[in-house]
Amino acid sequence: MSLSRREFLKSSAAASAAAAIGMSVPAELEASANAAEAGWRWDKAACRFCGTGCGIMMATKNGKIVAVKGDPAAPVNRGLNCIKGYFNAKIMYGADRLTQPLLRVNSKGEFDKKGKFAPVSWKRAFDEMETHIRKALKASGPEGVAVFASGQYTVMEGYAAQKMMKGGFRSNAIDPNARHCMASAVVGFYQTFGIDEPSGCYDDIELTDTIVSWGSNMAEMHPILWSRVTDRKLSDPDRVKVINMSTYRHRTSDLADIEIIFSPSTDLAMWNYIAREIVYNHPEAIDWDFLKKNIVFAASPVNMGYGMRRAGEKSVTPVRPDGSAGKYSAKEMETINHEMKHVVSAKEAPALEPYGYKEGDVMVNKPAGLKHWEISFEEYKKFLAPYTLDYVAKIAKGDPDESLDSFKQKLQTLADLYIEKGRKVVSFWTMGMNQHTRGTWVNTLSYNVHFMLNKQALPGSGAFSLTGQPSACGTAREVGTFCHRLPADMMVKNGKHRKHVEEVWKIPHGTLNPVGNQHIMKIHRDIEDGVVKFAWVNVCNPYQDSASAKHWIKAAREMDNFIVTSDGYPGISAMVSDLVLPSAMIYEKWGAYGNAERRTQHWRQQVLPVGDAMSDTWQWLELSKRFTVKDVWGEYTLRNGKKLPNVIAEAKKMGYDENTTMFDILFANERARSYKIDLDSFPQKGFDNSECIGDSRNVVGSDGKVFKGYGFMVHEYLFEEYASFGRGHGHDLAPFTTYHKVRGLKWPVVDGKETQWRFNVKYDPYAAKAVAKSGKDSTHAFYGPLAKALAQGNLTGITDKKKKPLPDKAKIFARPYMDPPEMPDNEYDTWLCTGRVLEHWHSGTMTMRVPELYRAVPEALCYMNPKTAEEKGLKQGELCWVESRRGRVKARVETRGRNRPPRGLVFVPWFDEKVFINKVCLDATCPMSKQTDYKKCAIKLYKA
Amino acid sequence: MKTLWNNYRYLILRRVTQIGLLILYFGANAWGWKILQGNLSSSIILETIPMSDPYAALQMLAAGAVLATDLLVGVGVVLAFYMLFGGRAFCSWVCPINMVTDSANYLREKLGINKIKGIKQPASRKMRYWVLGLSLVISAIMGVTAFEFISPISMVHRGIVFGLGFGWAAILVIFLFDLFVLKNGWCGHICPLGGFYSLIGKFSFIRVHHIEENCTLCMKCKKVCPENHVLHMIGKESLPVLSGECTNCARCIEVCDDDALGFHIKNLVNNKNLGE
Amino acid sequence: MSENRPKKKESVTDRRKFILNMARGVGLATMGGFIWSAYVDEVTASSLLLRPPGAIDEKDFLRTCIKCGLCVEACPYDTLLLAKPGDHKPLGTPYFVPREVPCYMCPDIPCVPVCPTGALDEASVTTDGKLDINSADMGLAVVDEESCIAFWGIQCDACYRACPILGEAITIEYQKNERTGKHAFMKPIVHSDACTGCGLCEKACVTEKPAIHILPREVAMGRAGDYYIKGWDKEDEKRLKNAHEIKTTTELSKQKAADKLNGDLLEGLYE
Repeated sequence: MSLSRREFLKSSAAASAAAAIGMSVPAELEASANAAEAGWRWDKAACRFCGTGCGIMMATKNGKIVAVKGDPAAPVNRGLNCIKGYFNAKIMYGADRLTQPLLRVNSKGEFDKKGKFAPVSWKRAFDEMETHIRKALKASGPEGVAVFASGQYTVMEGYAAQKMMKGGFRSNAIDPNARHCMASAVVGFYQTFGIDEPSGCYDDIELTDTIVSWGSNMAEMHPILWSRVTDRKLSDPDRVKVINMSTYRHRTSDLADIEIIFSPSTDLAMWNYIAREIVYNHPEAIDWDFLKKNIVFAASPVNMGYGMRRAGEKSVTPVRPDGSAGKYSAKEMETINHEMKHVVSAKEAPALEPYGYKEGDVMVNKPAGLKHWEISFEEYKKFLAPYTLDYVAKIAKGDPDESLDSFKQKLQTLADLYIEKGRKVVSFWTMGMNQHTRGTWVNTLSYNVHFMLNKQALPGSGAFSLTGQPSACGTAREVGTFCHRLPADMMVKNGKHRKHVEEVWKIPHGTLNPVGNQHIMKIHRDIEDGVVKFAWVNVCNPYQDSASAKHWIKAAREMDNFIVTSDGYPGISAMVSDLVLPSAMIYEKWGAYGNAERRTQHWRQQVLPVGDAMSDTWQWLELSKRFTVKDVWGEYTLRNGKKLPNVIAEAKKMGYDENTTMFDILFANERARSYKIDLDSFPQKGFDNSECIGDSRNVVGSDGKVFKGYGFMVHEYLFEEYASFGRGHGHDLAPFTTYHKVRGLKWPVVDGKETQWRFNVKYDPYAAKAVAKSGKDSTHAFYGPLAKALAQGNLTGITDKKKKPLPDKAKIFARPYMDPPEMPDNEYDTWLCTGRVLEHWHSGTMTMRVPELYRAVPEALCYMNPKTAEEKGLKQGELCWVESRRGRVKARVETRGRNRPPRGLVFVPWFDEKVFINKVCLDATCPMSKQTDYKKCAIKLYKA
Repeated sequence: MKTLWNNYRYLILRRVTQIGLLILYFGANAWGWKILQGNLSSSIILETIPMSDPYAALQMLAAGAVLATDLLVGVGVVLAFYMLFGGRAFCSWVCPINMVTDSANYLREKLGINKIKGIKQPASRKMRYWVLGLSLVISAIMGVTAFEFISPISMVHRGIVFGLGFGWAAILVIFLFDLFVLKNGWCGHICPLGGFYSLIGKFSFIRVHHIEENCTLCMKCKKVCPENHVLHMIGKESLPVLSGECTNCARCIEVCDDDALGFHIKNLVNNKNLGE
Repeated sequence: MSENRPKKKESVTDRRKFILNMARGVGLATMGGFIWSAYVDEVTASSLLLRPPGAIDEKDFLRTCIKCGLCVEACPYDTLLLAKPGDHKPLGTPYFVPREVPCYMCPDIPCVPVCPTGALDEASVTTDGKLDINSADMGLAVVDEESCIAFWGIQCDACYRACPILGEAITIEYQKNERTGKHAFMKPIVHSDACTGCGLCEKACVTEKPAIHILPREVAMGRAGDYYIKGWDKEDEKRLKNAHEIKTTTELSKQKAADKLNGDLLEGLYE
């Protein structure tokens, strides 16, 4: 296939337009009815695993999924899959699937925190949840009820959970595991564009000349995209350049023309080096016309800490003479103390010099939130001055065995490729830049370079954040299952946003809680501090995936609280819990996911869930039946003294009474009931719908009676109500039924057409509308509405508090290189980096149950340089201890194979519950995004 | 109790030795013990002293293999031990098949099969030397160690240490053969390894010695002896059992109520004889 | 022996009996020998098994291995097994099944130095005086391109990532996927000069029955013959030293020239 780029653009636009209109029902769908006769049925779905969002087809036979194929019509993967996708048919049928609720009980059958799990009815399960939620509300108010949410929720599940938590319980303590994965990208988008999610799309791969991977092992983590990158490289091997930037060598280096192995955290310095090259040495490359029309420069405080616990918090009090504090050992406190005070190191001193710091100065850290202000280009230029090739090469070279000259050469080439006129560049990143104590910073730095060169939001050019999870975009971000968010980029903090949501939800004004600060690590910490008394785990595994894991597990097991886990399989979180609920897995329910290129994809319920498992949507709706207006809408005083008003009277005015249930208000309302069950037409015809019409299993539900269904199309209702928030606000989604006809659409879907490049007047109707409105003669309009007026200042602070509006403009930020809070020293002398492997998804609850994947990679290995092994007296294949200030695990030494760290760094993947590396990792986060930095902490290695 | 010990003391010691060795070998594979690793074909004591089966080495030689130094040292150790001290003790003190054939023999006695009229011992005890010769011929022709591929001894021993597979069938065949077909059939007639040790064992210094004066001709010794032709001197003259086919099992000693049998060192016995 | 005390009998009968006995013995031995040989031939015939690193040529291995299991005991991964009755492998000899437990290629190769007989040859896994597991040759990985899902376009390369010497023993061949127009095949290619046959790839292969599997090198590889040397490859000149005098016979050429010319073919030519 040798489409020219122009043809490519034309054909893909045409294809998407045709698809969007929904006229062409794909052949496979038509075939589905006929195929029933043949004994099986094919129907489309999305892959369960990563953020790539491959389309698949599922074959169902006798009520079980028996096979899967890549969907040849899916634009992302065109019928291909990676090996996780290849096993989608097997993931739901592990021998240890949870099939009934399990509660910890004593010999009399009463709940007992120290008891053993025993099967209970759904009714009993909800009774217990109700009791403990009431207890938690009484003890701590809404802040005492928390949910560990997920980027793997379906859109509808996430929306239902968010609605009940925020609208019902008035608790913002719902935060997804996507916090660990995408939060830095999100804040980067907010700060830079004023609206979330990438401007480009995967088509950039086919259109670009240069692919730079910054802290992303695309080859293993986004294999289908990587195969598109590979194809691009093959089509023009001389022109197309691939650069892999990483702290260790991995599979992505295989294809790379240049491999840059850098020291952890110095990506900040390298981005600034490229920016400095542009500003100081290639000013001619700056597109001033673009900058003047579309960009302002900005700065923010640097002494913002590292997102760890702060002095005075309950669990780090009292501080004892030996240095230990509360529940934290003296060793742990060595690192945590950096949160309050930090001594400027020689490594970071030059970068901090423009801010008035020098080596040895004590930086007193203060939480700064997302505060930033406008500065002049001259201030920005001053900020860039330190990032000379000499300085950056010196601090960034990550392989002690590489020569400085060779490293400098590579950096120079990298900058040249970005700068080269006419060369299109895409910068991809994933967890390397997001899981970073300066994650928000480094995200914004990426746009700086692209903006100055006018290489952003163009076909084939742009900085592009790749998502980790299948619906981190679709659910966590777009639905807004974060503690601080509401649907469609609205914020709980913003009164107007709350009011709008309250109106749509038909709940009294003042119901929504304006304080949204219980992000996922804060929920863990609040459990440890005894504030959160009830926590529900949905579609994630927070007790395996959170760093400093020992603290959270101990708090869950030994303190007075009630932890519930809804899952398909018994993972570590289930083990830690008091109540375990069997959840319907992905193809056992109607659902929708949104991938990294803003593509929303729906599927229908393919089979009945196993055992008595029910979907998380159902679980939320059943729980909502247990709480009435008087239970949850009275007055509360929050921790910070703020009061949530009593809105019961207001509710009565709206026609509710004290005993109206949240189910009736939030879920089974008039609007909901307008979405009818229609088993005779598309898309419901011929498909199960356990929530809406019940099913042949006759599951005994939360009231002790056989569950017969809600009697309305709850999935469509939840989706349409959620979608109504975004329509007209740059987040437009197509109607529910359309998505069942097409292979996903990239929002905003305007007039039935999807959008490939946002903010670009040519491709994005919203950008076109913006320039039409402003009359600005510009190719771009960065119309995102958040933080669109800034005070004025210089690098060190605000000089003029008066806020100046910046309509349709994006921002270039001055953000310096800074050390992470824990670096190798004499005792803990090695860097630890964690991550995934291609074969396993996240904590392995699904993939470790697929025999082929289990056999392929049965255990997590400790990848290290042979010289590191030699220095530590370790041998290939033998066990070693990996120990940090927080804990230690035993892992097998691997000096060969897929990952080749430089001396002084080891890589241990986290999928293996037996090599529980999160006991070792540090829960430092980016203080702005609150995303944990899993990519760097200090450890020591020794023989086991 | 005392008589029980007296009458079975060597039997108990032999079983302890046989089973103890098996446990040591098993432990080496299962738990990584370093006391005795390998198996009866070749092993190593405390990671230093090698031992190798000289008969296996002979077959290797016949098959045309180049014998490694380690192997030769191991063979030397084993040869020296049995030539100087053990005699054919391997068969009664080490070989695990011995327990199988002993139990077959015991049952054969209990069932009275030996007393059935007209029962014949249809084979010659010389057969083992034929088998021994044949094994070397086949080794030479086929270029492999012929007996090692069929040896029920190795099969069973390996089986116990490394996993048995169908090896239990070999045990059963030998048991049934000894029980119903031929008394002392395997160990006393066929086994070429036994034959090999018979040839080597001739030279050992430790021998069973008969003191004719004490003998009451009760013939218990002859009844229990698995190679009873070696006791041709019983009640006739005071002589050491010089035949290599004696396995030094000492059953004759422990069943003798009259102190007419005992272990002695060959030279001393001879000296004594000379002194008389 | 001494049981049969010489009795007075006619020496002729004695001799005849002796000869008869001898004949019977020889007869029995011959018969038994044939059965025994046939059995041994059968149990050693299996050529599809993989030996520990450093194993000498299979024929020599069968005569040299003493079946002591010391290599099995030395293996820290329980990779090596001793063939049991019922395994259909030469009884008592060590082998491994990579799909179950592959060889993890320990750099100190603990299984080899313990071999008392040299059936596992230390020299063959030694480079420059140091043990070098990369020089081991246990077998060769062979890819079945029809069932290998990487050849279907699936992004797999599980074998490649599992390979301890990835990039040498297995490399990835990139190739455009013309069907999708925007993806690339990443096909695993095994290089026989580097592959040790450890079987980690076979273990890792995610297909139901592995699409990459280890065969003994003798079985896996063909041989082009030393009478043709690649003109474009200097390295290939090395094979020339094995080239030898050639004499060929075919069905057509088996007669002597004169015999053929005088034969009856001629008449048929103008009949």
